[in-house]
Formats: sequence, C-alpha cells, structure tokens
Amino acid sequence: MTFIEKKSKLKVVGTRPIRPDGVEKVTGRAAFGADLAMPGMVFGKVKRSPHAHAKILSIKTEKAQALKGVLAIATTADFPNIPSEEAFVGEGPVNFRDLSRNCMARDKALYDGHAVAAVAATSEAIANAALDLIEVEYQVLPHVIDVEAAMAPDAPLLHDDLFTQGVDPKPTKPSNVAKRVHFELGDVKAGFREAEVLVEGTYATQPVHQAYIEPHACVASWNADGQSHVWTSSQGQFMVRAYCAKLLAMPIANLRVTPAEIGGGFGGKTLVYLEPVALVLSRKAGRPVKMVMSREEEFRGTGPTSGAVVEVKLGAKKDGRITAAQAVLKYQAGAFPGSPIGPGCMTGFAMYDLKNVDITGYDVVSNRPKVAAYRAPGAPIASFAVESAMDELARKLGMDPIALREKNAARDGTKAAYGPTLKDIGYVETLEAAKNHPHYKTKLGPNQGRGVASGFWFNIGGESSAAVHITEDGTVAVVSGNPDIGGSRASLAMMAAEVLGIPVERVRPVVGDTSSIGYSFMTGGSRVTFATGMATVQAAENVVEQLKKRAAMIWEISADAVEWRDGKAYPAGSNAGDFEPLSLEAIAAKSAKTGGPIGSEISINAQGAGPGFGTHICDVEVDKETGYVKILRYTAVQDVGRAIHPSYVEGQVQGGVAQGIGWALNEEYVYDAKGRLENPGFLDYRVPVASDLPMIEAVLVEVPNPKHPFGARGVGEVPIVPPMAAVANAIRDAIGIRMPSLPMSPPKLRAAIDKAAK
Amino acid sequence: MSRTHVSAVINGEPTDFLCEPQQTLLDVLRDELNLTGSKEGCGSGDCGACSVILDGRLVCSCLMLGVEAEGHTIQTIEGLATGSTLHPVQQKFLEHAALQCGFCTPGLLVATKALLDRNPNPTETEARYWLAGNLCRCTGYDKVIRAVMDAAAVMRGEKSA
Repeated sequence: MTFIEKKSKLKVVGTRPIRPDGVEKVTGRAAFGADLAMPGMVFGKVKRSPHAHAKILSIKTEKAQALKGVLAIATTADFPNIPSEEAFVGEGPVNFRDLSRNCMARDKALYDGHAVAAVAATSEAIANAALDLIEVEYQVLPHVIDVEAAMAPDAPLLHDDLFTQGVDPKPTKPSNVAKRVHFELGDVKAGFREAEVLVEGTYATQPVHQAYIEPHACVASWNADGQSHVWTSSQGQFMVRAYCAKLLAMPIANLRVTPAEIGGGFGGKTLVYLEPVALVLSRKAGRPVKMVMSREEEFRGTGPTSGAVVEVKLGAKKDGRITAAQAVLKYQAGAFPGSPIGPGCMTGFAMYDLKNVDITGYDVVSNRPKVAAYRAPGAPIASFAVESAMDELARKLGMDPIALREKNAARDGTKAAYGPTLKDIGYVETLEAAKNHPHYKTKLGPNQGRGVASGFWFNIGGESSAAVHITEDGTVAVVSGNPDIGGSRASLAMMAAEVLGIPVERVRPVVGDTSSIGYSFMTGGSRVTFATGMATVQAAENVVEQLKKRAAMIWEISADAVEWRDGKAYPAGSNAGDFEPLSLEAIAAKSAKTGGPIGSEISINAQGAGPGFGTHICDVEVDKETGYVKILRYTAVQDVGRAIHPSYVEGQVQGGVAQGIGWALNEEYVYDAKGRLENPGFLDYRVPVASDLPMIEAVLVEVPNPKHPFGARGVGEVPIVPPMAAVANAIRDAIGIRMPSLPMSPPKLRAAIDKAAK
Repeated sequence: MSRTHVSAVINGEPTDFLCEPQQTLLDVLRDELNLTGSKEGCGSGDCGACSVILDGRLVCSCLMLGVEAEGHTIQTIEGLATGSTLHPVQQKFLEHAALQCGFCTPGLLVATKALLDRNPNPTETEARYWLAGNLCRCTGYDKVIRAVMDAAAVMRGEKSA
C-alpha cells in the first residue's frame, strides 16, 4: 500500500475508539499468566542461591523428595549442557548457554537469587516446604557488585573463560569485561582543539527493575509423546517457543505456546526464566505444572537494566556549535555478558549532527542478576549523561538549552556516529513545539527550576505475521502474532478497518498462539504497531482484492472494473456497468458460491521503522530541608509519526515519563556487604505512585514515517529516554547543584546541599 | 492440613468455602472460588492489585487470611458491574484509556469505587493520595486520575454517562 499522506483521508486512524479487549480488563475476566488452572495441575517453585558468588559443591534432594506431595525435583542435571552460542535477537544479544545457566545455575551460583533447584508439588505450600529440605552445599567465593570494581585487574572473576572481545590483540587473561565497543566519526582530537568551550563530567546510574505489576507466571504441560504446551505471560510466544526448544534440545514443532494477557513487560519479559523449568518439572512429574514468581523473586532473579558509569566530554564554539563529543560508557551486564552497551553507545549522541565523535563502551559482568531489556535499552543511561552535559554546556555558553539543541540538532541527511544517515525524522519539530509550548514560558518561584532534555530511539521493524478473515456475516477477525502489551489490538483493528472501509467495531482482533498464526518476533523495540500493523494492512489489502474479485464474479464483469470504498464494491465508472454497490456483508453471504472463505495471512520482515525523538520539559521544586524533589509540571513532546490511536500513544508517553521519573528520583538496588539484595519489594524499591506525580502532558508531533502505510513510527521507548536528565537539569536550575548520580533521592540530594553549603 | 469452613457474602451471594489456615483471602478468591480478577502483584500489601471492599472498607486481600472472612461482606472486581451494565468507573476507565496492560486495573477500580463511596467529590490531590496504594507501571496515572474525576462527576449526576 502506498503511504497515505493526507490525514483528512483517514476515517478510523487517528480516532479514539474503546479498545476491543477493554471490557474483559475492567471486569476482571481477562486471563493473565497466573489465572489459568488445568486438571491435575501441580505447583512449581524455585530454590535460589543466598550467596552472591559461590561454587555449588553438592545438591542433596532426598529429604525433599521424601516429603508427601512432592512429585518432582529439577536441578541443572536435568538440563542439556548446551554450548556457547550467541544470537542477536531483536534489541540485544542472547547466548543460549548463558540463558540456560541463568534459568538454572550450573557449577556456580553467580548472584543472590540465582536459581539452583526447583520442585513440583501438589500445593504451593508443600512446594515451599520442599525447597527448605533441598540441601545445597556451597563454597562461598569473593564477589563483586559494582561496575568499576568489577573492571579492576584484581577483581573476583565470574567466568574463567571470559576474554574481552573487541580488543586487539586478544587478551591472554580472562576478566569481567566481556566486550569493548567503539564508534568513531571524524577526528575528535581536532574537534577539541577547535573548541572554545569545554564541559566534562562523570555520571552514574543505578540499575532499575522493569517492575511490571504482574510477576512472571506460566503453566507447562509436557505430554508422554514429547509434545508440549506452555501458557505464559511474555512479550513473545514465539520467543518462549524458540528459547525453550533451544534450552531443552527439543524440536520446535513439539512445543506450542499460548500467550496469556500480559501484565506489563517493558522489556523484562523478553527472556525465559520459569518456562524451561516448568517444562522439565512437568516431564518429570507427569502433570501440568504452574509456576508464579513472588515479587521478591522478581527483584532477586529477573531484570533489571544496567547500572552504569558514563564519562562525557563536549567541546563547542562560542556560538554553540559542537565541535567534538566524546564518551566512555561502562555498563553492568549482571552475571552474564549482554548489557545494552551497543545501543547505549549508538544513542547517546544520536540527536545531534556532529562531525567529530568518539564513543567507547564496556560490557561488564558482576554478581548481580543478568540484565534484561528495559524500554529503549541502554539509551536512557547514555542520555542522562549526555543531556546533563548539554545542560552544562548551555549554561557555560549562556544559551537557552533548546536553542543549543536546535543549533546542533540532527536533521534529514545527518550522518549519525553509529553509521546510518537519518531521514524523515522529526527532532527539530519536537524542539520547536517545546519552545512554543506555554509551559516553557511560565514563571518559576523560589527553589523551583526547569529542565529540558531530549531523547532518541531507533525503533525496529522485523518479522511479523497477521491474518484478516471475513466471517460469514461480514464482520472481521484479525489474528496477530504479538502479545498486546498496551493497546496494539486496538491499533491493528483500526488499521484493518481503515483499509476495509468499515467501522472498527466490526473488526475483532485476537492474539494467536504459536500454531494459529505465522512467526512473529516479540513485542519489543516499539515495533508492533509499525511492523505487525504493516502485515495487518497488507492482509486487509489482499482481502479487499478478493472482495473486488467476488463482486466482479457476481456482476459478471472484470475485477479491474470494480472499486472498493467505504466497505462496498462499486462499478468503476459507467463503462463497468450499472450495478447497485455490494456491501462487505452481501459479498460475505455469497462467499461459498464465489470461491469459498475470504481471508489472508501475511508474514513479512518489515523494514523502515522510523527513529523517534522526544523533547521534555520538567519543572521541579526542591525542599532544601529534606532533599525531596516535587515534580510540579511535566510536558513531553514526541514525534510519533502518526498516532493510530492517540489515547494509547499518549499513554505510552505518559507511562514512559513516569518510569523515567522513578529512575531519576527513587529507584535503586541496595546490596549488603555480602552482595545480598536488601530491598527486594515494592515497599523499599520505590516506584512512583499516583501522589508522586502531576498530570503529564503528552504533546504528539506528527512527522509521518513514509515507510508505514499510515505514517506510524514506534512510540513506546522514546519517552523513557529524556526524563532523568530533564529532572536533573531542573534540580540544577532550582538550587544550582548538579546531581551526577542517580537516584536523586532525598538523602543524596540533602548530602549534596550540605556539601555545597560548606 | 485441616481445612476450616467459612461463610461470607461475596458480591452479594452467600458463599461457603473451605480453606487452609495459611491461605490468604486472595488465595481463596483466586484458587478456591475462581474469582481471578483480584491479582497478586506483591503479596505484601504494597501494590494494591488485590484490593477488595470488606464491609465497606478497602483492604488488600493478600494481607488478610481467608478464615478471617467469616461473617463478612466482600466485594471484588467481579461484583462491580450490575449484570451487563458497567459501573461508571469501569466505563470511564475505558473511555479515558486509563489502562494499558490491565493488570492493576481491577485493584484500581475497586479502590476508586471505595473512594467515591466515601467521598463523592474528591479533589485531584485527594484522588491521588487515596490511590497511592495502587501501583500502575504503565500509565503514569494521568488518564487514571482523569477517569476517576470524570466518573465521580457522573455519579454525582453532574454529567450524563
């Protein structure tokens, strides 16, 4: 389909219908991961390491096995020892050996909370009791938690076969640095020589958990012939199928995965934790096994994203033109390699048109849970540092922060340091809209400040499948291969309705299981409305062609002589003949006589996801006595391409901002001296609550992405990129103190205020 | 383990169930009565996804034992609509797109109903503090609060549904 440029031609896209899965969700009927029960089902639980780093000497299961009601126990001995094999999947690398060992420790426990055994029993209470009876003998090893400590030459080593990739010559000794990456554009030394103003700083961020409210949950049923079925809450039923098959060395076709409703993911449900374990337990117990994580297990055993240290240096002319930009990024990967260091390096300076750039990144393992994707993985960390430095540069130059960004903004044709030439982007449009927004002109009171920051995310396309079927009465069923995490069923139904020319209420979308729809890469990378939307549009277009053919058969004219508009077939002009229009219903009613059911399934690898940019304005008030920061007002401007369902686009922006504010002000992991997590719960790991936040104004700028039929670009990840710097810059504006380390929590801010007063 | 017989009124219906002494009210609702609309997000009373109304009071059903329900009246998300007619707070959550993943939604709706039963005309700040015990990680609360204020106006009869 060609790109529809004129918004006025759209009838459904851009409206705000009630989402098709809404009533189920407000009445409590929607079935999430933990809501399924099966006949004969038993309950699985995981035993976790209490040590940050320990050799597993032995695991004795006899006592647990003897407990009445215990049906099966699983340890690493029940999993194939698969070789190291790295695949780049979506937004990050996955090594299946590491993934297997993350699901069940082999030889060593690498973090507090690392799974070491699992049990299936007839009740959760018995399963928990059995965990206590499993005896694990550990030899505790020295551990390392923080990234720079892990990089030190004498740091305790997590993996004795880990040699830093990306350095020449290859190191002869193992270390905790899994990888070094480097991006270079122009001549950064010459750029700094040219500079008239320099700013430099070192910034630190804490790992933060995705903190979806629904814990991981699944039911696995292994049948005697090896055919198995998993019901699970995840960001991709095909991801679960592929990973489980790989980890358990089973044929992919023997595994069927049905997606449950997903209670939030944000990247945190793009890996498997429980599913392979539940399958093994089900095989051993001969019963379906349900597993649900506790919140403590979520914090100790899953997610988060990386904590990091980032050094930034910027050089500029007095007029604000940046002549050189340099950064060194050190990202925690957790216990296994695979931090989002690549995207971190690529996104940090991607908002700017720079001639001389030098970025070095390090992927560093330490005794923490293996990191998982979190909304724009890597970008918020890099941007906190770069956008804080940009604010310092604006202050040093005496320039308005938006004007400084406009001076250096990436535009159509800008070559990004990470390679591509950017095209059809809307960054300057977001700056323009922010500058002209009433928020930017309001006056501030004492101890109040305003911060501005921008953010970038690639967005991705990728493999997607969707089907459009016309039912016997002319209503429409849409099937997609992607879990709906924030309203994608609504947007897919709207796009199908737009193409078919019918009201959206006549289109009913569902998410298919792995055997009812073609392969689809997972819900992530802000890709579903773009890529699965494109598949849906193409399927709907195929259906329109079929409908025209059927009308032509009924009228006994050529299919070329039929037009489709507003849900009806019309003869194309008077030469085609004089016929009353045929509606979708009328054609559907005769489908058996004109060739059979009407429908189309499309599988594509969607290309051309347009990158997204956002610019945020944040006002804060600092209580200098307590160090408490109140967010007074927040405006988030974002280029969204074209909003298919504007309410859910706004929702993505508002939700991303709220998560960013939590990252900025409160969220952090607290470890004790033994490397044990001290705050594995929502009381002590403080995500934003309703009373912490003001209304968050989402301003949607629409610079359409010409690669999508309706101009859509991904929207879900950009909004979490700017907030940390926007808040930090606002605090700087309010009280004159630069906070280079997250979270900017009351004790830390209070300490900084005290230090500044001395 | 021996199980205790408990009688309660749940969503207007006299209900009997057997439960083990360690089972929470949430476990009973979900596992014994198949009322899976109440969710467990934390099990420690911090997230509010398990909110129910007990004798007119908003409680976290994960912090209460099933046996403690004896003789009490409980309303869960499944009892919020009247037949096929949605409660105004349900309708307004839909209209305002006040849910994304929908997992915290049952708890937020039950908590909102409890708020409006007690205070039909809350300020935005009052609504935000009342709902501070219900974590939502998706929405940033903006559309939730708008839906709550709008539902309150409808329930006061100031505007039509």
